[in-house]
Amino acid sequence: MSAGAPKPLGRAKVKLAVHGVSMAYPAHDKPIQVLDKIDLDVREGEFVCIVGPSGCGKSTLLNIIGGFVQGTAGEVRIDGEAVTGPDRRRIFVFQERGVLPWLTVAENIGFGLYDLPPAERRARVANYVNLVGLRGFEDAYPQELSGGMKQRVEVARALAVDPDVLYLDEPFGALDSITRLTMRSELLRIWAAEKKTILFVTHDIEESVQLADRVAVMSARPGRIQKIVDVDLPHPRDLSDPRYLAIRDSIFEEIGIAHRV
Amino acid sequence: MNPSRRAEAVLLPLLVAAALLLAWHWAVIHTHTRIFPSPEKVARGVRELARRGVLFPYIGASLFRVGSGFLLATLLGVPLGSVMGRYRGAATALNPLVQVLRPISPLAWIPLAIVFFGVTNLSTIFLIFLASFFPIVVSTMNAVRAIPVIYLRAAQNFGFSGLALWARVILPAILPQLLTGLRLALGVAWLVVVAAEMIAVDSGLGYLILDARNAGKRYDLVVAGMLLIGVIGLALDVAMRRVERLRWLRWGFSGR
Ligand SMILES: Nc1ncnc2c1ncn2[C@@H]1O[C@H](COP(=O)(O)OP(=O)(O)OP(=O)(O)O)[C@@H](O)[C@H]1O
Ligand SMILES: [Mg+2]
Repeated sequence: MSAGAPKPLGRAKVKLAVHGVSMAYPAHDKPIQVLDKIDLDVREGEFVCIVGPSGCGKSTLLNIIGGFVQGTAGEVRIDGEAVTGPDRRRIFVFQERGVLPWLTVAENIGFGLYDLPPAERRARVANYVNLVGLRGFEDAYPQELSGGMKQRVEVARALAVDPDVLYLDEPFGALDSITRLTMRSELLRIWAAEKKTILFVTHDIEESVQLADRVAVMSARPGRIQKIVDVDLPHPRDLSDPRYLAIRDSIFEEIGIAHRV
Repeated sequence: MNPSRRAEAVLLPLLVAAALLLAWHWAVIHTHTRIFPSPEKVARGVRELARRGVLFPYIGASLFRVGSGFLLATLLGVPLGSVMGRYRGAATALNPLVQVLRPISPLAWIPLAIVFFGVTNLSTIFLIFLASFFPIVVSTMNAVRAIPVIYLRAAQNFGFSGLALWARVILPAILPQLLTGLRLALGVAWLVVVAAEMIAVDSGLGYLILDARNAGKRYDLVVAGMLLIGVIGLALDVAMRRVERLRWLRWGFSGR
């Protein structure tokens, strides 16, 4: 578990580079500093989790990286190009439900495929309906689905446009623990199959250690990257493996919470 | 609604109507009034209008004017309201103007309408347009502002902007609220039809009321005109509610 300094970049090139990103929201008296000079490199095909206490700026950081919000300082580069706005090659899966309630499951999944010919579009939608296990629900409306199914629609919609990067902001936060576990392994399966670069925000430390290649630990507001922890364990991960437990506990310690209830 | 509730929904109002008709009938008989018509007289008045062949043309003329004015208000008001809801600058620039013009009763516009359009159908349509335009602008603007930012971000993320964004996301997102706004605006438009027809024209239910009073104090026809307006207003409202409940428009109403 080397921490802090990024690993040698031998294996893959840097896909996404965050340099000195700061953010302050205007307030009545003086602006609230939310992010303080964030630096983070994510390599191509890497799965990076960002954890940190509630309100430390994780969502803000991800929204800046996604191009939805302008930071007050610093820059984000993807493939060496500065990010100036959202882009179809990098899809954001929202913490709240971003599924559009007036579209059916199939229409939602095909939402970003407007420039494909209809036949190809149908095939692509069918493919991703299968991938996330929603066969038979193509014509259902989101309000007829469970929370986990809606989340899968949103993941499928993101994958359908074949992006290089996925941003996920606590995508499984609202799910029950069983669905959450299934969704995690589905996401890992998809990640392994499609080789996306994934940036995943969560405040669940267990979740981050189960999923990520590296875990970026953020401090309380103003958010800084306090430590970057490598999780050098093969998938599927054994949750009783001492190495897994050691990494998990080191993160708990880093955040400064006793890991006993 | 279960069957007994549905029967109630029809029977109770009918009972009230019957009671009112009886009271009205009784009051006319017992006061020996010669001016105020009895219900039978009003019913005969309606039949007379039908016989003279003006009943349906008048209804049609009023509906046409309200329909045109309302359609025009929708076609201009929804885009304007969308722009004002989406762009802060547009709202800052235009909202004061809208708020100043909105409380001016369409009746106050009658003289200017005649100056602009003369004593023509266009004047009435213009007045009805004014009556429904501002409510439509305001309700569209508010509906657009209420769209969860997440829908807009998702759409931008998938490359939507401009007209495509409006057609695929903004319009469907506001549709439930917009339809309610349109229903209320149509109610206002219909409310104004009498006044609008008083200025100019020689057909329509508003004209009927005015003409019946001026030419021969036919209060049976005046009341007939009033009741027709009321009943058609109700029918318009019911029709708009039906549209609001259509499945593919209904997502905002489904008790989530
Ligand atoms: N639009 C905004 N205007 C003002 N302050 C904001 C805004 N968005 C977020 N903040 C503030 O910025 C801080 C960080 O918010 P953010 O949503 O990024 O936290 P988070 O780490 O994602 O929290 P959580 O784990 O609870 O989702 C919070 O203190 C919040 O109050
Ligand atoms: Mg958050």
